[in-house]
Amino acid sequence: MSRLAVVGIALAATFVLAACSERPQVVNYKQGKYAGKPDTPAYQNAPYNGDKAAWERALATRAQAQNEYQRIK
Amino acid sequence: MARMKFLCDAERCIECNGCVTACKQEHDVPWGVNRRRVVTINDGVPGERSMSVACMHCSDAPCMAVCPVDCFYRTTEGVVLHDKDLCIGCGYCFYACPFGAPQFPQTGAFGVRGKMDKCTFCAGGPEPDGSPEEFAKYGRNRLSEGKLPACAEMCSTKALIAGDADVLSNIYRDRVTIRAARGTLGGPPWGWDAAYGTGDKTAAQPPAQQPQPAAPAPKS
Repeated sequence: MSRLAVVGIALAATFVLAACSERPQVVNYKQGKYAGKPDTPAYQNAPYNGDKAAWERALATRAQAQNEYQRIK
Repeated sequence: MARMKFLCDAERCIECNGCVTACKQEHDVPWGVNRRRVVTINDGVPGERSMSVACMHCSDAPCMAVCPVDCFYRTTEGVVLHDKDLCIGCGYCFYACPFGAPQFPQTGAFGVRGKMDKCTFCAGGPEPDGSPEEFAKYGRNRLSEGKLPACAEMCSTKALIAGDADVLSNIYRDRVTIRAARGTLGGPPWGWDAAYGTGDKTAAQPPAQQPQPAAPAPKS
């Protein structure tokens, strides 16, 4: 076989087998970094003015009102 | 504080739509947008069950993962919020959400989608707390006032409860204990596993023992 034929076969194989190198098609979802405006914590402003403990106490007290078994004891 | 969560007790919901009305009124939600809705399974059949559905503020929220402009963020209390100034109304979050929570107002005569709107757990958004801008875009910020979501506080049967996960767990545990004593043990709360996962400590729950609908009487 002539050298020209070998080179031709090699070139043809390069093009024909190029499709065999597929990339994985399973999408890997990644959460991006938030790109919007910054937000302040809920207890930052009035009436709590940064007092996180007081805010949590208020919410806990409020949440217990949802438990009627607690209320009728 | 752990994380803010919703819990809907299908054994208690009577489909009164009080939560839907409370949400619409509290936030002045525009026509065509329903941040919360009540879904009934087997409507009209004995043993029907209703659930109040809105954004569940998932632990691993799929809407956050698919948003092409990254307009979602999660507060330290676990509330999933978004920036409407950044939202492009593509609708990817709607397809990703297992609860159908994202809503899109029709802004034009040809059905052009507006910016996404969803339940904020009454926590407003990335605007100054209590400002007119925050109310116009996201609704009232009750959380910053030390209040829980209006839908849960308005619920007449307390089927829908909201708040810190530890508190909700204690309330639901009380209910299940009392139901078990009565012999009417229900299953796990609807949507809980889908939103927050089963966790390592939670074993697989047995299927709920629901009353079976009576067979229709033969026509004479």
